[in-house]
Amino acid sequence: MNLWSTATLVPLPVLVPLFAAGLALALHRYERAQRIISVVALSVVVTAAAGLVVAAKEGPVVIDVGGWAAPVGVNLVADPLSALMLLVSGVVLLCVLLYSMAQGIADGADRSAPATKDTKILRKALEGQDPDADEDVRRDVLPVAIFHPTFLILAAGVADAFLAGDLFNLYVGFEILLAASYVLLTLGGTVERIRAGSIYVVVALLSSIVFLVAVGLVYAATGTVNMAQLAERLPDIDPGVRLGIQGLLLLAFGIKAAIFPLSAWLPDSYPTAPAPVTAVFAGLLTKVGVYAILRTQTLLFPQNEALEAVLLVLALATMIVGILGAVAQDDVKRLLSFTLVSHIGYMIFGVALATQASTAAAIFYVVHHITVQTALFLVVGLIERRTGTTSLDRLGGLATLAPGLAILFFVPAMNLAGIPPLSGFLGKVGLLEAGVVDGSALAWVLVVGSVVTSLLTLYAVVRAWNKAFWQPCPEKLPDPTSLPWGMVGPTAALVAVGVGLTVAAGPLYDYADRAAESVMDGHTYIEAVFPDGAQRGTGESNKVTDDTVEVEP
Amino acid sequence: MIVLDTVPSGALLLTVGVLFASGVYLLLERSLTRVLLGFVLMGNGANLAILVAGGRAGAPPITGATSEPMSDPLAQAMVLTSIVITLALVAFVLAMAYRSWQLHGHDEVQDDVEDTRIARLAVADAPSYADSDAEESGSTLDEEAVAVRDEVALPDPASEPDGVARPGTGARGGDGA
Repeated sequence: MNLWSTATLVPLPVLVPLFAAGLALALHRYERAQRIISVVALSVVVTAAAGLVVAAKEGPVVIDVGGWAAPVGVNLVADPLSALMLLVSGVVLLCVLLYSMAQGIADGADRSAPATKDTKILRKALEGQDPDADEDVRRDVLPVAIFHPTFLILAAGVADAFLAGDLFNLYVGFEILLAASYVLLTLGGTVERIRAGSIYVVVALLSSIVFLVAVGLVYAATGTVNMAQLAERLPDIDPGVRLGIQGLLLLAFGIKAAIFPLSAWLPDSYPTAPAPVTAVFAGLLTKVGVYAILRTQTLLFPQNEALEAVLLVLALATMIVGILGAVAQDDVKRLLSFTLVSHIGYMIFGVALATQASTAAAIFYVVHHITVQTALFLVVGLIERRTGTTSLDRLGGLATLAPGLAILFFVPAMNLAGIPPLSGFLGKVGLLEAGVVDGSALAWVLVVGSVVTSLLTLYAVVRAWNKAFWQPCPEKLPDPTSLPWGMVGPTAALVAVGVGLTVAAGPLYDYADRAAESVMDGHTYIEAVFPDGAQRGTGESNKVTDDTVEVEP
Repeated sequence: MIVLDTVPSGALLLTVGVLFASGVYLLLERSLTRVLLGFVLMGNGANLAILVAGGRAGAPPITGATSEPMSDPLAQAMVLTSIVITLALVAFVLAMAYRSWQLHGHDEVQDDVEDTRIARLAVADAPSYADSDAEESGSTLDEEAVAVRDEVALPDPASEPDGVARPGTGARGGDGA
């Protein structure tokens, strides 16, 4: 195989962050080196993903990892959907990384975490001594700097989940990103974070087990976990068994994607983490679940009638219950967490309709929502830094105190609510159109539900806007602290990306449509993995030898 | 071609069932340590299920070494991976349970503070957030309505202090004209 073909790009988004994570861990004493490594690694991921977005236009790019041919070996597949998700997640991860580095530089330590005994000792030591001596004290007191390595492993896990060409590799991708997320969520081990973390970890562990059991059942029923081969074999197995497998997979992914009634863990656990961590979780982790649902529903279970109605009802419940929760919240972070749950409903709506138009709209909506939700959480991080609180009852008058912050909040907030002509509006219109075209009674109910949810989202974010920015402040806020450009810059960049999605909506929607077409038509995927109907992929062990016993169902 | 016997062993299936049943029971406990034990049991149950899915045990899976039916190497490879993952997660949860014990003296999963707060507000039938528009100002609505001024009328500096409109000067003058 030619080393410099486009297929070489496929493993990079997984490999580079993993190696960089190891390097960053080894160099934990040198903060500057860690920073450079992380930024370079994620920049490589973004570049590779951009290359894949272009390359995947011609058809899915497949690589059989390690030269082992497809159904036995592990393969990575970058079709337009995976490539698009990779690019968006890469950009978001890079912005959040820059933001968190600036937060670290400005604070010396994570300020939002209450000082534990160790950091108290560190602060004392730092205040009493000159900067040159700091390094030794830090080495003695601070634990190994784990933020950068963990963040990179999270990036690798997300990329692996998007690229995975077999079900078990998808499971491994999920586990990589989840393990990293456990560490990031409980960073510093404070009282609050341990409380929120234990809920998050237990729920996530349960979903992992469900996923693992589903993988086992798939293997028992079909003798393979390769997605392309599964797409060929699953239609032949007993419909009852297939429905059971589909249900289990949906259950596992539904917990990760936070679909009602499996969403209660999310608003409890996300808001307590440091702002950049919450931002990246909100933007990416639930979307990985949505991606997995989209992939398995379209590729493995194209005849979706049995669960279509169930998914539609769940999508409606997710939208309405989520947004009603948001309306009741006083804390901006929790409010945003509830809107996050609510808007997952839109994506599930698109996936459940299972037409090309609805899938394209859902893909566009995922891209829009990743950028907007992350941007909003980053802005809330800035608000928290400026005022020391995220409670709406205590905030006020920020429009005059920090007009720049007001703009940064207002634009993505309106985008989230779906005000024309922003990208949120375009995505929703696409979904509504698909619903109307579908024309069934349930689809119409969903259309009405989407509009109501959109209005309630507008109500929730306008209330947050009024109370935090417009109304006079009930108590005096702390004196102005300067917001470092390193934090404002990435936030502004992400807000700009959100607006840019509106400007570039035409080409992006075309690309989403192409991605949907390729996803809906499983043959391109199968054809890419097994060229010319071969039994094996393109790896070196591509001969089916006589003494190989294929395990038949 | 020798095809491996794919009928699973009943004893193994029963073990899987027992592991899952006890795992679920422990997972429903509040203490993190018990939850962890439940996770370990369920994880082992799931791993065993995958092994069972690979068919009955056979000869070592080395091509050409023997003519007997071979074990399925794919299932074993997957199980090895998931055992390693389970091990790492167990280590993490143990650390978290220990930290919880350090902080609180116990390792129980706690209720969410915000949920409890909102539940209490609901019981008390109080608004979930302070709202200046909804607050009662002390006066009745009738008094408030009377107090509203005509904001369009030009202010009359002479009449302002005593608050009595002189005939012929204000819009509300009326009979003096």
